[in-house]
Amino acid sequence: MGTALEVKGVNKRFGGLQALNDVNLNVEDGRIHAIIGPNGAGKSTLLNCFVGRLTPDSGSVLFHGKSLLGIQPHQINQAGVSRVFQTPEIFTELTVLENVMIPALAHRDGIFEFNALKPLRKETDIRKAAVDVLEDLGLGDKQEMTAASMSRGDKRRLEMAMGLVQQPKLLLLDEPTAGMSRADTNNTIDVLRHIGDSRGITMIIIEHDMHVVFSLADRISVLAQGTVIVEDVPENIKGNAKVQEAYLGGAH
Amino acid sequence: MLGLNGKDFLAWLFVLFLVAAAPILLNPFPEGSAFAQFNAGYPDLMQRFVIFGIFAIGFNILFGLTGYLSFGHAAFLGAGSYAGVWMLKLLTINVIPAIIMSTLVAGLFSLAIGYISLRRSGIYFSILTLAFAQMSFALAASVLTPITGGETGLQTQLGDPRILDAAATGGNIPAPSLFGLEMGHSWKVSVGDWLWTFNAGYYLCAFIMLIAFYIAIRIFRSPFGMMLKAVKSNNQRLGYTGINPRPYTLAAFVISGMYAGLAGGLMVSMDPLAGAERMQWTASGEVVLMTILGGIGTLIGPVLGAGLIKYSENIFSKINDNLLHTWFSFMPDGVENFMVTIVHPFVGKGWHLTLGLMFMLVVIFLPGGLVGGLSGLYKRLFRRGSHAQ
Amino acid sequence: MELSAILLQVLNGLDKGSAYALIALGLTLIFGTLGVVNFAHGALFMIGAFCAVSLQKILTISFTTIDESKTDFLGNPAQIHTPYVEKWFGEAVGATMIDWAVPLAILLAIPVMLLVGFAMERGLIKHFYKRPHADQILVTFGLAIVLQEIIKAYFGANQIPAPAPDALIGSFDFGVLLGFDPGTIIYPYWRIVYFLFAMVVVGAVFAFLKFTTFGMVVRAGMADRETVGLLGINIDKRFTIMFGIAAAVAGLAGVMYTPINSPNYHMGMDFLVISFVVVVVGGMGSLAGAVLAGFILGILESFASMREVIQLIPGINQVVIYLAAIVILLARPRGLLGRKGVMES
Repeated sequence: MGTALEVKGVNKRFGGLQALNDVNLNVEDGRIHAIIGPNGAGKSTLLNCFVGRLTPDSGSVLFHGKSLLGIQPHQINQAGVSRVFQTPEIFTELTVLENVMIPALAHRDGIFEFNALKPLRKETDIRKAAVDVLEDLGLGDKQEMTAASMSRGDKRRLEMAMGLVQQPKLLLLDEPTAGMSRADTNNTIDVLRHIGDSRGITMIIIEHDMHVVFSLADRISVLAQGTVIVEDVPENIKGNAKVQEAYLGGAH
Repeated sequence: MLGLNGKDFLAWLFVLFLVAAAPILLNPFPEGSAFAQFNAGYPDLMQRFVIFGIFAIGFNILFGLTGYLSFGHAAFLGAGSYAGVWMLKLLTINVIPAIIMSTLVAGLFSLAIGYISLRRSGIYFSILTLAFAQMSFALAASVLTPITGGETGLQTQLGDPRILDAAATGGNIPAPSLFGLEMGHSWKVSVGDWLWTFNAGYYLCAFIMLIAFYIAIRIFRSPFGMMLKAVKSNNQRLGYTGINPRPYTLAAFVISGMYAGLAGGLMVSMDPLAGAERMQWTASGEVVLMTILGGIGTLIGPVLGAGLIKYSENIFSKINDNLLHTWFSFMPDGVENFMVTIVHPFVGKGWHLTLGLMFMLVVIFLPGGLVGGLSGLYKRLFRRGSHAQ
Repeated sequence: MELSAILLQVLNGLDKGSAYALIALGLTLIFGTLGVVNFAHGALFMIGAFCAVSLQKILTISFTTIDESKTDFLGNPAQIHTPYVEKWFGEAVGATMIDWAVPLAILLAIPVMLLVGFAMERGLIKHFYKRPHADQILVTFGLAIVLQEIIKAYFGANQIPAPAPDALIGSFDFGVLLGFDPGTIIYPYWRIVYFLFAMVVVGAVFAFLKFTTFGMVVRAGMADRETVGLLGINIDKRFTIMFGIAAAVAGLAGVMYTPINSPNYHMGMDFLVISFVVVVVGGMGSLAGAVLAGFILGILESFASMREVIQLIPGINQVVIYLAAIVILLARPRGLLGRKGVMES
């Protein structure tokens, strides 16, 4: 099995704060890899380095052998890396369905397509793909709603739908279940597991909810103060002394 | 129908009806009656309605959909005008090549300016477009006089070569025409006390405006249009979704520039004179105001906004005290004079005051412009669903 | 090009630059604190100028006496117009007051402009904080037209001269001071006054913002309005006052500008567009940037008007401000001193 994402020696400094300190990470193809760690450990910063929102000061990020650094966010996405944001970044003025059709069109047509005279309603394939994903995530009856008028939890699911509809090779999920009810969280776990199994999508999940992490992850990296302190299979993480120290030490 | 959904097709048919019947609809008052002053059914004004309608429809494709507020679109209208006059001078007095060339030249010009200006967003973008347009205006009025005619403007002349027609050597300067049908030609029909003028130039403009409006509807309802709305909603997210927003906004910029050029081409086809002041920031500002007034991002709003501003400008400015006295003559003398004094500051030379007040009243009481405000009002009155666009 | 010529152009650019800087300062205060695009700001400049015109008119209100000892050219007894101020304060004091009408108008303009500013903010602008920029543009543009038309209705469409005091008419030979030949760098007194006045106003605004608690809160509000709101500070009231101050700054710029260019009702619109360019070139949310850009663009404009430069690059005098704006904005994405994220979307 090959390596999907290879992160080597990534450093990022914000003024006096060393946010990421020599981070190394290997994510294997088709696996679900969780990154956990106390608040401020640099998890979101790390994800930002993968999608072009931040550029590391040094180090390399290779996706199937090709560097993701120094290229535009849309190029990264077109390479097959989709991100689900922690705080929903959706197109609030558009409908739920349109929100999902946009990434679906991007997946099919690339970074730009001049189809100014083609009616949107004739894009039946795109619409079907979007509706399918929305139904998977329990948003089937909310297609025509304006995205702004949805509840917080629904916005998070819409975020996920926008990522999933692209059938990415690598899906980056930043706290996908934060703020969701227990039932919704379990549903999300099922959806992600189903997608991981059936389509073989590689995933990186940042998550605080250990229930989610241990239900899904094949491997876990523990990040503390910008450094990966442990990387192992879930069974070995639970009892790890370093991990407990990182959480307890970071909790006061 | 025509690739439009039912509602859009009805909207288009409605506009078709309005522009086709405009010479009748806009002349509701009998000739010579006290309110004939409010009649707007004369060719010159009707042409302006539809030409500025085209300008505003195009501007709305950029501003309404993407949210990028250009303060320099008059430059494209001006460039289109100059290109059009040159075609009338050099090639033929037939307006078709002039209109096509106006659109193309404005397209190229907007491609260059848009390419640079779209490197910035928000107010920085607005100021870049403003700066380019003001430079174009200043240069057209001074250094570029050989091409633009400077401050006097560029117009057709007797000695123009007109390769396809052969130059006119004597008589009048040939008037712009469509395969021999002069744009100034009108058919007058009089029914009772009413007089209707059906003008060839107006109907050409109206025909082209209907096509322009149709294309705008198609753009609004296309995947491309949806991407433009997404640019306005969350430009950055679009990048993380795998879309490069830049070519989309540039395409919208060029399309709206071409609409402006088309409007300029039609202007010179109706009256073959192009002046530099057409490029000034006030002209760019006017189309911004038309769009906001009518309703940003709505299909029909910009047309209404253009119509309202042009109507006020032409009608209110022509009302004088004599006319006011005839209107209020049924009142006792004292009251009559009082009414004339009250109304006087708002008409004639004071029509700007009416326009300014109108802007303020619309934006205060009708948020979302005429279309947004009126549909909001309608919904509140009749408590209808919440999904209208 | 000689050094003296360069110095002269720098000086020539200072007075226009001062006006740009003062208007842009107020505009950027309103942008930064209230988040409002104020297209009526040029109108405030114009109203200030008409404060000077009004005071001049008020001071010259006269009564008429008939002097039987003299006759006019038709042989009638001569009518003599004597301003009331000369009657009340004595001829010498009265005449001086009329002569100094423009500087005196500062005293009139400050309360008038503050009131206009307060009224505008409370009556109109306040309701537009949360509305889209497009609505703000439309409503303030409408207001600008209305104000303009009111002024036109009262004062007419023509320019009205409002000269500087006699003592300040004339020029100063800077060249001699710096060791150049006499007559090489001649600079009108009033322009020196205008520049110094602008410096004082800019200094006062900066000091006010820097050294008072009020100013500190406003600056904090400019940086992050929501947080300041969360602290329970009543920022709205302070912003009303800030709007009044911005109006007063624009108004004062207008008062003192009248001797340089006789005011008319559309002078505000003429300055408005360039002032916006100045604000944006300076960088959104930066007061220092606005002042700096005002002077840079003013001085550039004056250089570009030199005959030698125009011969070299025809038409440059017409476009230099816009050209500079384009170059600066392309080189520096947020203008000279702008902050990230202010009015970028």
